[in-house]
Amino acid sequence: MEQKNYITSLCSIKNGIVSLDGVSGFSDKSIDGVDFIKAAYKEYQLSYPKFYKMDNLCKLAFVASELLLKNNPLTKKYASQDIAIVIANSASSLEIDTEHQRTISDKNNYFPSPSVFVYTLPNILIGEIAIRNSIKGENSFFIFDKFDAEFMSSYINSILDSSKAKCCITGWIELYENKYEAFLYTVEQQEGTLKTEHTAQELKKLYNH
Amino acid sequence: MDALIEQLKGEIIKQLNLEDLKPADIDSDAALFGGGLGLDSIDALELIVLLEKNYGIKVSNPADGKKIFQSVRTMAEYISANKK
Amino acid sequence: MKLESYIVADNIISPLGFSSSENFEQLKQKKTGVKRLESSELSSEPVCAALVDTQKLNSEFAKLTTNNIEAKEYTRLEKMVLLSINDCLKQNSNIDITSKKTLIILSTTKGNVDLLDPTLASKFDKKRVYLWETANVIAQHFINPNKPLIVSNACISGVLAIILGKRLLETNQYDTIIVSGVDILTRFVVSGFQSFKAISNEVAKPYDAKRDGISLGEGCGTVVLTNKVSSIKYQVSRIVVSGGASSNDANHISGPSRTGDGLFLAIDKTLKESNIKASEVDYISGHGTATIYNDDMESIAITDAKLAAVPMNSLKSYFGHTLGAAGVIESIIGLQSMRENTLIGTYNFNELGVTMPINIIKNTQAATVNNCLKTSAGFGGCNAAVFFQKVENN
Repeated sequence: MEQKNYITSLCSIKNGIVSLDGVSGFSDKSIDGVDFIKAAYKEYQLSYPKFYKMDNLCKLAFVASELLLKNNPLTKKYASQDIAIVIANSASSLEIDTEHQRTISDKNNYFPSPSVFVYTLPNILIGEIAIRNSIKGENSFFIFDKFDAEFMSSYINSILDSSKAKCCITGWIELYENKYEAFLYTVEQQEGTLKTEHTAQELKKLYNH
Repeated sequence: MDALIEQLKGEIIKQLNLEDLKPADIDSDAALFGGGLGLDSIDALELIVLLEKNYGIKVSNPADGKKIFQSVRTMAEYISANKK
Repeated sequence: MKLESYIVADNIISPLGFSSSENFEQLKQKKTGVKRLESSELSSEPVCAALVDTQKLNSEFAKLTTNNIEAKEYTRLEKMVLLSINDCLKQNSNIDITSKKTLIILSTTKGNVDLLDPTLASKFDKKRVYLWETANVIAQHFINPNKPLIVSNACISGVLAIILGKRLLETNQYDTIIVSGVDILTRFVVSGFQSFKAISNEVAKPYDAKRDGISLGEGCGTVVLTNKVSSIKYQVSRIVVSGGASSNDANHISGPSRTGDGLFLAIDKTLKESNIKASEVDYISGHGTATIYNDDMESIAITDAKLAAVPMNSLKSYFGHTLGAAGVIESIIGLQSMRENTLIGTYNFNELGVTMPINIIKNTQAATVNNCLKTSAGFGGCNAAVFFQKVENN
């Protein structure tokens, strides 16, 4: 029970800046809104044929998770079923929901697209990360009006403390109305390069940084 | 037929968000599925939408897609035989 | 000492009734809520689905608010949740929803997504389409002081919300958790599943050789969990949530894994946490959407978990697939089965047609049901399982 949990790596993407473990990487403030995500994908030479099929929310999650896991390859250290993915946001999948709604607005003549509809669930982004990295552990997607450091830290710590997972990919992936924000990090039971304990207080500091 | 094939290639790229591809990259006779394009079951459903939206052809049983979507050519042949 | 999660009240709002017992009674009489609907609101062509009667919903809801001076407008989805929670509170006066130690967990995939339709949008504030706002409206109605928790994890949301409730009770941060699972039938959802060619033209036929797709549905299920022994009122059979887990197939975002390994993993972790051997499981409430691939996948996972002989059903041909409500509604039917020692036959099931020979219940029958394993699977490759068990009264 006295087990401590640590934030071992962190990737954030917002306001035209990618940062890894608190160090700024690719940045281009001239790129408008969500186009920055594609620019980052190219900048870091990520290569995944399915990327272009994803909706913007999944694209954001994908780029953040690729950079995070390149930095801290959890799948090399843990069995696939011991890695949990727990993500939260505020707008759920409203961005692509609006797109699907638009395709059915003409009630007599509509052609909804299966490749749009499939993304109208926020947890699809967990599925995309899981598929890319063969991760099979616990899955949860939560909705909060804003990032909830108290809940996220206490819930993730409780699943690690009770051995429901050995490590976790977690954070906040939000994208709606051309605004985006990814704050994705790993939690493990030993310290990593980021020497930060996984507490609400430390989490708030990192998030507001 | 060739004109329809070329037109279809463009429509497929657009409908399936194959951003990295140009029409010339798709071989008219190569397998659409299980080949180099990396298409999956959602893409097959998306091609059914394409037939319906652009050509007014309804495919109600997705299993029929297997034959229709063998290649761009078989797809074009199906369209010219069933177009209204 | 581990804190237990006792079930102390539950309710189902569905086309088959507005209470758990009313719904169970209809199931025993082999009545389905799925019908062929010709509603231009939902679809340009007829669709088989289970729709809650709007007039009944509104008249029941009017009764609920007559003593209430608030003139607030509620959406269709919110009305279902308010009615459902209210019925639970009536069942057990020991539940204090206004307590700081009581938390509401809302499980939903799409919430008030009908408000994206311009014809409805104007009636409500723009932010009402956010799931957290929907949950706030519900919490405020009951004067619950805590920020509600919202789980939106496709079709496993309901099972996941119950697991989460159990986990939060174990940490003793709360002593009472109210889990409501809800989703409504909308053109949004119907058109999407139509584009997937996933909807059957008839009532769904789970696990059957002739199954050809899902039936959609809507409704709300609520279960109240507590770790406070003083809140327990059911004297006949106390039921606890004794384990639960989720997993991912890591295979495809819309197709289930062919090997069933993800669902197997969730079941395996759940039974281990519950300290139960496969041979001790009395009943499995399956996911059983009646698509070819889902039902095949389940049969493989169930067989790998050494549960192939255990009586199993799907309730999707009674309720339709109620998405974020399904895990909660179907769990409650499992609880009723345990209370009444009655297993419900799978409506529209005639001949087994899945990869592995599993034991699908055809006709409703009496049986000793001391426990129930509820499983679910969903888009995004997610799977979840939860285990309910009767415990001795002391």
